[in-house]
Amino acid sequence: MTTDTMEMPVPAFAADEDTDRKICLICSKGTLDMAYPGLVLANGALQEGIETHIFFTFWGLDMITKKRMSHLKATPVGNTAMHMPQAAAPLPGMTAMATRMLKKEIDELGIPEVPEFLQQIADAGGHLWACKMSADMMDVSQDDLFEEVEDIIDVSEFMDLSADAQVIFI
Amino acid sequence: MATATLSGYEIHVDEEGFMTDPAEWSEELAGFLAHQIGIDELTEDHWKVIRFLREDHATEGTTATLRRVSTLGGIPVKQLYALFPKKPAKKMAYIAGLPKPKGCV
Repeated sequence: MTTDTMEMPVPAFAADEDTDRKICLICSKGTLDMAYPGLVLANGALQEGIETHIFFTFWGLDMITKKRMSHLKATPVGNTAMHMPQAAAPLPGMTAMATRMLKKEIDELGIPEVPEFLQQIADAGGHLWACKMSADMMDVSQDDLFEEVEDIIDVSEFMDLSADAQVIFI
Repeated sequence: MATATLSGYEIHVDEEGFMTDPAEWSEELAGFLAHQIGIDELTEDHWKVIRFLREDHATEGTTATLRRVSTLGGIPVKQLYALFPKKPAKKMAYIAGLPKPKGCV
């Protein structure tokens, strides 16, 4: 331990407040386990003052569809990281059990459920966008989507949005 | 760890400038710390957050995350971003003289 005394420096996190860093996350999965990585990253980016957008496409649209967003499931089928014999994974009740276990673990860590997490991200200034092709394919309109979703946009609009951003595909 | 002086106070800080000894903190010092990061006036709403963080740290031993401040402290996330712009978790911990919060929410 040093005993050097210095004038209190201005912390770096205050000096670099006006970061122009921008992140666009693409959430393409509709399972509970694959919903969280995007939400955690978005929330973390916002806490660092980074402009953050999430584009929900394909199965990821379930994350922002009102009637589905509270009922995302985790399944052990095809997921060897759940460490159970794969022959047992498709048995009746296994998906419900895996979902229940995952929800419990997430809750114990103080992490909110998907709708509440999305609300926190929106409250923190995050931007939520739905993919037009996926919305058309699943017959979903703006009214079916979580209120904080700003718009349904097509791929060219997403290209404009992400032109100067770091893009992360999940 | 290093020792730094701020407006006459001698305090222990880590390499990012966060205080490492909560006992060295005082309400007057909080005002100087806030000024360091561009918050010139601590309002009653700021104090509500700071007091929650101090009390929570005293019982839990860790710095509360934004999520914890909003759910247990009763201060909405939107308001936390308004009070401590851009980097609320780091800023509120810094002013409260606590280590920066660890955790992903």
